Amino acid sequence: MGEMTFGGAGEDANFFTTKFDALLGWARKYSLFQYPFVTACCGMEFMAVASPRYDMARFGAEAPRFSPRQADVLWVVGTVSQRQGPVLKRIYEQMTEPKWVIAFGTCASCGGFYDNYTTIPGIDKVVPVDIYIPGCPPRPEAVLDGLMLLMDKIQNGNKDPLVVPPRELPKLAQLRAKKDAKP
Amino acid sequence: MEPLDTHDFTDDDALELPAEPMRLNMGPSHPAMHGTIRMVLDLDGETVVNVDVQPGYLHRGFEKSCERGTWAQVFPYTDRLNYVSPMLNNVGFALAVEKLCGIEVPERGQYYRVVLGELARICDHFTCNAASGMELGAFTPFLWLMKVRDWIWDVLEKETGARLTHSFGRIGGMAMEPTPDLAMDIRAILPEIEKVVVETETMLVRNRIFMDRMQGTGVLSKERALELGVTGPMLRSTGVAYDVRKDSPYMVYDRFDFDVPVGEDGDNYDRFCVRMEEVRQSMRIVEQALDQMPTDGPVSVDDPRMMLPDKERVYNSIEGTIAHFKLIMEGFAPPKGEVYSFTEGGNGELGFFIVSDGSGTPYRVRVRPPSWFNLQSARELLIGGMIADIIPTFGSVNMIGGECDR
Amino acid sequence: MSKALLDRLATLLGDKLLETTDFRGDEVALVAPADWHAAAEFLRRDEKLAMGQFTDLTAVDYPERAPEEPRFDVLLFVRNPETHKRLRLKTRLADGKTLATLTDLWAGASWAEREVYDMFGISFEGHPDMRRILLYKEFEGHPLRKDYPIDRAQPLVPYRDADDTHKLPPFGVDEGQPFARTDWSRRLEGLDAQVSPSLAVAAGQRASLSSEEVHPVHAPEPAADAAASEN
Repeated sequence: MGEMTFGGAGEDANFFTTKFDALLGWARKYSLFQYPFVTACCGMEFMAVASPRYDMARFGAEAPRFSPRQADVLWVVGTVSQRQGPVLKRIYEQMTEPKWVIAFGTCASCGGFYDNYTTIPGIDKVVPVDIYIPGCPPRPEAVLDGLMLLMDKIQNGNKDPLVVPPRELPKLAQLRAKKDAKP
Repeated sequence: MEPLDTHDFTDDDALELPAEPMRLNMGPSHPAMHGTIRMVLDLDGETVVNVDVQPGYLHRGFEKSCERGTWAQVFPYTDRLNYVSPMLNNVGFALAVEKLCGIEVPERGQYYRVVLGELARICDHFTCNAASGMELGAFTPFLWLMKVRDWIWDVLEKETGARLTHSFGRIGGMAMEPTPDLAMDIRAILPEIEKVVVETETMLVRNRIFMDRMQGTGVLSKERALELGVTGPMLRSTGVAYDVRKDSPYMVYDRFDFDVPVGEDGDNYDRFCVRMEEVRQSMRIVEQALDQMPTDGPVSVDDPRMMLPDKERVYNSIEGTIAHFKLIMEGFAPPKGEVYSFTEGGNGELGFFIVSDGSGTPYRVRVRPPSWFNLQSARELLIGGMIADIIPTFGSVNMIGGECDR
Repeated sequence: MSKALLDRLATLLGDKLLETTDFRGDEVALVAPADWHAAAEFLRRDEKLAMGQFTDLTAVDYPERAPEEPRFDVLLFVRNPETHKRLRLKTRLADGKTLATLTDLWAGASWAEREVYDMFGISFEGHPDMRRILLYKEFEGHPLRKDYPIDRAQPLVPYRDADDTHKLPPFGVDEGQPFARTDWSRRLEGLDAQVSPSLAVAAGQRASLSSEEVHPVHAPEPAADAAASEN
């Protein structure tokens, strides 16, 4: 993940405010308190990301805070049904600034294949979203990509939503290259 | 300072504060609500006087969505029912449609289904027990069991391509053949799994705090469990030895030698132990299945009306193309009728009641969700206990939202 | 397999047992809605039947049967925990009629009946708590009925306007997979199309359930077709 070059700090930036913003961004991004709004299958991958192999703790992001007032990042993990909509909105409103929202999984990003009467087609219909992590469920590596994108966003002060692009795992890319090279 | 009026302190009635039950809302977004359930509690101090369990926050329209595609397109939806053991759902649905058609999958396919299904069951019980432990404060066993779950998911990923939602079952067999390393991979991890199970049990089963919190809480009686329709480890913990794999063996389960762990008291502790023991029994089944599984032979029924032909035939022969086209566009058409087929899911009797009108689109797919009826019993388990007892009880009910709310 | 069960039920119910079927090993007994509770009571209380374990209660909607025949099929699945035998009790219920509750016989019927009410609109008389369970109380309609279009959402929280923050949602509010196989509202009018959206459009219908107007679909030019078939 290269450095994203976006707008950066505000218009009246001078040397000290940019340095301070950078410091603030650095501090914030490495100490994210999550609010895990876990509903469905993606929760299993969320548990896997918090587990020893894919360890979210090395990014400083493992501390769940079940009070919205104390959390920074709202991880919306799994399908959000229409009945759950007001609940999600209320929790988002209760979170204090600065706050970010991660739409974990396809159902949270766009409703997934639940195109029906009961699913909200993406939580961005209810709350503004910062990072979309597609996948059903997304691989933990994709989740960590999303987390790193969020950290870059926080560092740069960027407000645009970003989507985690698909990437190939280096090992699989090598295997495929070997297979293609065979006569 | 004025002297205290001592007579007020001896009068107990004066010290009693008038109390009506306090209404407290728990959920739907709550750390202990696995997935999402709302419980409206009426509390007298810390004691739960009444509780209204409100499921449905993960209702995703499974049954209605099935009526919209073809029979094969139901498989991804079934994965997401009991998403901790997706293979069992796939197999359950495939068996229902196969029962309707009156066909049987070749032996190798049945063994393959058993092996992957039991691995999924192991994952289910591990997830439940790990989460239970974590909510009581035992975070370390959670991490150990998640580590093991990742190993199992590695095997499943190698076989099916996905860690969690594989959609690997097909009507008439499985999507692909087993990889050549299946037996070797699984045999490599089984002893390691056993070691971790022993570690976890050492940590928890004789642990004073764990026993105090889990024993005697959430007690369910045998008769009540049967009336409520509770099945699976919850029912077995009350003393009823009902396991679909033993009572009405399906596929090749009658060829394996395994026991059904049964509890005595019907409390949370028994449920935890029943699940741990079932993991051991599942590992026994997997070993026996790997020994007995034929090393070659078809995995799926060779019927072009049902199974997609190989890609080579699709691209190189007109029959293959037509068969592929018909199956994808119109869907496989089972005979008209309705059947109910049941298997042992992670939480109990997972039934599929399917109604076919003879076309490629399912007319009605009803899943009999074990967690739904298990959750129904939660109200009785919680009344009379304290708030702190809700946590282990709810954890051991193992309500999987996808299956419960469908 | 267990014809004995059906025979025993026939002895107990006599004429009230309208029909029995045995399809692929499933025994089904059909009764009239008025005898629903009585038949279920025999299943529960009789010593030979003794179906003490409740398995499931559900319904199926056959709107094409109405109004000549009752629209819904309500089914009860029960099991005998000692002998492991199962039986399915079925009844045909018309729209708007209610059925007696079975919660006094099996406590497990409580949530199952609430779900049938929620999804189909069938009320159960005597149920202690007849309210919606899977959907919210503001929801109007009963989704598993065939005439309820699958994509008619009733949002509790109004969808955000995308221009409100400087971003666009990845998908439009109403987009999704429009691959409806059976358009039930068309089916009931006798105008339905199966298979694929382009065929539906060619027949003058909607391409998908989630769009009101017909999306123009490029039909292959006859000249190009002939050229392709020459190859």
